[in-house]
Amino acid sequence: MTATAPADEGRLASPRPARAGHSRAGWLAALLVLPAAAWYLVLLVIPLGIIFVFSFGTRAPTGGYIAGFSFDNYAAALENSEPFVTSLTLSISSTLLCLLVGLPLAYFIATRAGKRKALFMVLLVIPFWTSFLIRTYAWLLILGPEGITGFLGDAFGAPRFRILGTEFGVLIGLVYGYLPLMVFPLYVTLERMDRTLVEASKDLGAGRWATFRQVTLPIALPGLITGSILVFIPMMGEYVIPEILGYGQVYTIGSALVLRFLEARNWPAGAAYAAVLILIMLVTITLYLWFTNRGRQTRDVSVL
Amino acid sequence: MSDHSLPAPSSPAVSLAAPRSLGGRARPSINRSGALVEVWLRAHTALTLAFLYLPIVVVVVFSFNTADRVTDWDGFGLRWYEHVLNDRQIQRYFLNSVIVGLATAIIATIIGTMAALGIQRAPRWFRVPFDAITYVSVIVPELVIALATLIFFATTIGRGGIVQGMTGGPEIGFGYHTIVSALALFNISLVLLLVRARLSSMDRTMVEASYDLFGTPWRTFWQITFPQLLPAVVAGFLLSFTFAFDDYLITTFLNGRGTSTIPLYVFSSIRKGVTPATNAVAAIILLVTLTLLLVGQFVLSRNARRVGARNSGGVAGIVTESQGG
Amino acid sequence: MTVSPSVAENSPTPSTAAGLRAGAAGGTRSATDAHPDVELIGVTKRFGDVVAVDRMNLSIPASSFTSLLGPSGCGKTTTLRMIAGFEQPTEGEILLAGRPIAGVPPYQRNVNTVFQHYALFPHMDVAQNVGYGLRQRKVAKAEEQRRVGEALELVRLGGYAKRRTWEMSGGQQQRVALARALVNHPTVLLLDEPLGALDLKLRKEMQLELKALQQEVGITFVYVTHDQEEALTMSDVIVVMRDGLVQQMGGPSDLYEQPRNRFVADFIGSSNFIAGTIASSDGDDRVTISSERGLTLHGRITDRSASPAIGDTVTVVVRPERLEVAAGDAATATGWTAVAGRINQGTYLGDQTEYRVHTDQAGELIVRLQNTMGANIGQSLGPGDPVVVRWREEANLVLVA
Repeated sequence: MTATAPADEGRLASPRPARAGHSRAGWLAALLVLPAAAWYLVLLVIPLGIIFVFSFGTRAPTGGYIAGFSFDNYAAALENSEPFVTSLTLSISSTLLCLLVGLPLAYFIATRAGKRKALFMVLLVIPFWTSFLIRTYAWLLILGPEGITGFLGDAFGAPRFRILGTEFGVLIGLVYGYLPLMVFPLYVTLERMDRTLVEASKDLGAGRWATFRQVTLPIALPGLITGSILVFIPMMGEYVIPEILGYGQVYTIGSALVLRFLEARNWPAGAAYAAVLILIMLVTITLYLWFTNRGRQTRDVSVL
Repeated sequence: MSDHSLPAPSSPAVSLAAPRSLGGRARPSINRSGALVEVWLRAHTALTLAFLYLPIVVVVVFSFNTADRVTDWDGFGLRWYEHVLNDRQIQRYFLNSVIVGLATAIIATIIGTMAALGIQRAPRWFRVPFDAITYVSVIVPELVIALATLIFFATTIGRGGIVQGMTGGPEIGFGYHTIVSALALFNISLVLLLVRARLSSMDRTMVEASYDLFGTPWRTFWQITFPQLLPAVVAGFLLSFTFAFDDYLITTFLNGRGTSTIPLYVFSSIRKGVTPATNAVAAIILLVTLTLLLVGQFVLSRNARRVGARNSGGVAGIVTESQGG
Repeated sequence: MTVSPSVAENSPTPSTAAGLRAGAAGGTRSATDAHPDVELIGVTKRFGDVVAVDRMNLSIPASSFTSLLGPSGCGKTTTLRMIAGFEQPTEGEILLAGRPIAGVPPYQRNVNTVFQHYALFPHMDVAQNVGYGLRQRKVAKAEEQRRVGEALELVRLGGYAKRRTWEMSGGQQQRVALARALVNHPTVLLLDEPLGALDLKLRKEMQLELKALQQEVGITFVYVTHDQEEALTMSDVIVVMRDGLVQQMGGPSDLYEQPRNRFVADFIGSSNFIAGTIASSDGDDRVTISSERGLTLHGRITDRSASPAIGDTVTVVVRPERLEVAAGDAATATGWTAVAGRINQGTYLGDQTEYRVHTDQAGELIVRLQNTMGANIGQSLGPGDPVVVRWREEANLVLVA
């Protein structure tokens, strides 16, 4: 039987076949997206909305929430700015360190690894994949008094020297935990870079450093910024790492949030903290989008 | 590299070109510094990889310690593995972790894949905000999600919540359902991004070729599109499972009676003071996630070889591929 | 594997080709069928504001090798995609074997396509690729195997059934794509620049092979290309398109010898153009033209449907290989046109030598001389040399448009 048999045509022929097909595909698309959209709505949009609403309310005597409209919670949150300063300092310095460590690594894998690129990427994915909690926990063993710290303390005659419970300890944990997320986008941009651009630059008389600074780095910039965003924002709200490696002595936004929500059962106060955190996040993302839309070259690498 | 015969134009290029005319003599020193850079790049890569793997190695090594205290070293042995594997409570935690991991992975894979397929054809007014929310759900700190959903569930299905107020019955409360639904949020987005990256790298003419060869849309999807998406779907499933399996934050805030998972055990024992048993549990968690990764890597790279895809990096390739989408 | 110029002469198993041919003839149409295989009636395709195809009327003869030829963006690929069913015409109607096919999706049209980059399914081996269409139509397993085998023999890939497509060379992938389409005995086979990705030598071989294959199986081929040489080599009929409009349709020699307008004359082969006005006419197609710079030319009007008046502006086209160049002065003989000039540039091209001659009366003329045995003009003429360019009046093609 041939495809153009009259029976088939009779059924399918319609004055505006393309439109009919389109709307059917449209319905199918809607049906496919519906569950995810519902999930986003119920478990992200509404909960964040509730946080926002709660942040203007007051604490009920037994904990929980009484409706209201005041900025007291925000005033209180900003008055006690220590956790914001700590988290910002830690996140910015960790992001810079990730960049410092990640860029040469990504550059090496993208340009020097040759056929072993895939192998190197697997080596990077493994730590990213394995339990975040356990990897952080491992630093407890390494940096503990029986580990490096004790050894260093003995060696330099400073028995009270410690890393755990300090911001430095948390810094190590943050850089360690988020490094792969910085390397992935960097690697992708560097790997896609047209290698002849580097040759062209050298051919035009630019030296190794000049070429890196004037050609490679600008091309890697989108990946660099994406990586920084991917690393910086979660770090701002990080809770597990400071909790484990900070011994509760490093007071971050995460610790402040948990303290208010769970221990003080002061939801409105916690909500205000969360709202400020989300605000910082939105400002960062807006800056990122502004930057990426400014130069079209950055369209290649979007967030994740 | 040998354009010396070109007449030098009177442009800034001349000044750039000038040092090159001395290149004959300057070259050796450039080469020496070049070699130094190469050495440094290699050393840096090696050290960074060592930095990444040191903790993993330490945990595994310490887990074989047979001493009673973490800080002592007695000798190699499986003593604490035995202890841990026979502990009813720990078994229960492991089982809970597997339940949470599997349920999250199944939900996230199905819903995320569906959304990736549908969102391409969605109208722009819907797609743009949907994409924005997808990215937000991936990047927002987990603690924020955990606390926001905690309050959401507490005020709706918790004790004295809206649902109880309306029905008057007992509260629904917290349990697997709260953990899994909150974990699925991030993982749906993860699968969505992985599958969508794969879709966008797929050759659209494959689908046309199938239509051209009498394949109906339904058959075309299952015979042509889906087999090529499969690596991303599998990677998404495995990633979701591991992320849910060893999640601490969301689980700790949203768990109910008897739904504690193994990361909660690890965290509480860190609080109370680690024992060699903690190390054994940690090593087992590492083993589970690593096994999954290796299985995924094996399956995917074999699949990649089979279909001759450009990307033969397995899980790593798919994860990095999605970074560029 | 080696590629021979003609399948018909060297086919190792003539019977398989016969089988496919019989299938094609018996399965899709009878010999007495009066309909052309593909007919486009007033077909227009718009993408937003862009008109890709403009009121196209086209009738593709059964069992012909027809090429749609034109520069990129001329609407040739859109036309092909409308026949295949990937695009729906905005206006007009397409008939396939005499039946309108509006609204029939691609998977229900008895038309198959060879895609530009082959679009072979990477997760299937060669036999699975070739048998794909048959499986969709629920052909029995044994029948499928037999027909796949035949089709592979036809494209001389007999031993390659279990190969992975991505392990094969470009030329071999091309043949798999061809077999995958032909095995279904389509009414029409559509080919979308299928040789574009191959290197020049292989492309030339495949051109001859495709032509031989088409003659052997007798299926109508509709071939899209921007390469005029390719179209001339293979086609029975060439449809020259530009900006969505058909410029001219005809056999290769018709288009070359009787280009109807300047675009066709320029696109197919190369040409010298001399602008002028009609001075007198014999009432039929012979006219006398006086060029802007005072040259008098006699020639034929190529477009019989046009009836220009005395004084109308026309363009005279002369093909470069129809010109002769020699040292000396202009001397007019009856039946010849002659112009004096100076050599601007001579380029040795191996089989021929191309001269660019500056003339006062006709501007710059391109002359191509075959470097036949004993021809030594190449050495004797250099830039600046005074020469005479002359050609027979039959070579003057008068374009009205």
